[in-house]
Amino acid sequence: MQVIAGAINTVYNWARSNSLWPLTFATSCCGIEMMSVSSANYDIARFGSEVFRGSPRQADLLIVAGTITQKMAPALLKLYEQMAEPKYVIAMGACACSGGMFRENSYSVVRGVDKIIPVDVYLPMCPPTPESLLEAIINLQKKIRTQDIFDRDDEIKAHKSRLKFDIDQKDLLICIDDDKYFEIEVG
Amino acid sequence: MNYFNISYFPDYVYIPLYYLIGFIVVAVLMLFVVLFLVLLERKLLGFFTVRVGPNRVGFHGALQTVADAIKLLFKEDIIPLKADKLLFTLSPILVFAPIMTVWAYIPFNGFFAVQNSVVGSLIFLSLLSFPILGILFAGISSANKYSLLGSLRACAQTLCYELPIFISLLSVVILSGSLDLNDIVSAQSINNNCFGWFIIPSLLGFITFYISSVAMMNRVPFDFPEAESEFVGGYHTEYSGMKFAMFFLAEYASMFILCAFMATIFLGGFLSPFGKYISDFLPLSDLIKTPLIFIEQFFWLILKTMVLVVAVIWTRATLPRLRIDRSLEFFWKLILPLSILNIFIVCLIKLFMGAR
Repeated sequence: MQVIAGAINTVYNWARSNSLWPLTFATSCCGIEMMSVSSANYDIARFGSEVFRGSPRQADLLIVAGTITQKMAPALLKLYEQMAEPKYVIAMGACACSGGMFRENSYSVVRGVDKIIPVDVYLPMCPPTPESLLEAIINLQKKIRTQDIFDRDDEIKAHKSRLKFDIDQKDLLICIDDDKYFEIEVG
Repeated sequence: MNYFNISYFPDYVYIPLYYLIGFIVVAVLMLFVVLFLVLLERKLLGFFTVRVGPNRVGFHGALQTVADAIKLLFKEDIIPLKADKLLFTLSPILVFAPIMTVWAYIPFNGFFAVQNSVVGSLIFLSLLSFPILGILFAGISSANKYSLLGSLRACAQTLCYELPIFISLLSVVILSGSLDLNDIVSAQSINNNCFGWFIIPSLLGFITFYISSVAMMNRVPFDFPEAESEFVGGYHTEYSGMKFAMFFLAEYASMFILCAFMATIFLGGFLSPFGKYISDFLPLSDLIKTPLIFIEQFFWLILKTMVLVVAVIWTRATLPRLRIDRSLEFFWKLILPLSILNIFIVCLIKLFMGAR
């Protein structure tokens, strides 16, 4: 049984680590760096990730490229929940990692997207260079290759226990109550 | 079918067995062709935009599409709460099945087409108009405004490309005097070289057919049904995992098979452009020579098809997407009159040049 599981894991990890299709999602200046990563100088296509999907249903990788404001947070969570498993998140830029330069005195910025969604790879810098985004993708691939197909449920549970709100209580796929959502403690 | 008829099996074993073999051949060929085409497109797009393209998985990225296929197989299958579950599940099949069926009608070489038909070319194009039903159902059943708009656009576009494509086919039918694809190919072997191909008398028809078939494949510059910059993903916005993969598969399968059809009716199909085959020059007995010629004919058809496929990908890399109203105008006001004009030209050629 363990042999079969190991074989499945090898094939599955090889496949999903080599075809990370990112979601077209860019909220600010990091988005420009994310766009240039698919240009000729850097070429994200080498890793099989140039297939930027418009629809979250078909994407595997959510690159949070830029500042997430509280107004944007419900949309981000909605997009994440709409993505099909297995899904991964790269927090790109200082703002997405921790709030960045808006961390101290801002009334509107979420202090790090890990308050809302689970993050696989943190990529600080303001903004990160395209090379470092490539490195983040390579690191994510390395991380995926060590994962176990059966551990995914535990990861989701662990993430939910870290959150300060209960995702399961609301029917996120249909509507999100914005007012309620602002009650999340951020910062 | 006659070639196999020398078998010892009775009919009730032989006929199902024949179609089973045909199905397996088509299915395997299609899977490999699609995996190859997606890779070819990504590599070529990389080439056209001065990039490298996938090169990490396998030898120079050769296994990239295999990884994609396995990943899509394992991906979560989401059905939206408000979706019509039956139609939502049915529509990828409705798109995929007709496109797989038409693979049977292409004569891949002198003796092998899975299904020979007297009206082969007509059945081919008629079956290829079916996927629009699947696209329409996908848009309606997804309970998503982008899907609905995308599928409505697909319908509007279907009306405008179906007419020129059939009229362009008509010019070939006039020239060959038959709807059978085998007869159309053999009618092009009159001169015994590439000057007998129907692309020469019906060049305008070839151009209108090519443009209309690019629209039929839903590819840039006519990819309104899934215009990513306008409506998220068009009719397949809500599809994930294997259902999306079936749309994906159907798109590339139809791209290949339409190019093969174009090669068959305009570029001489499986005929060699020089009239003679390499095996003709070798001192071999007929028993060995005939299969060798068949292999060579298959090679010629694939070569011509690949040239057209590369042209389609090149078109995609070069042109931006047209606006929907401009595209409809383009088809109704330019392509349709041109294809009708082509009929007159072809009729005149047929009248004065005699039977080509």
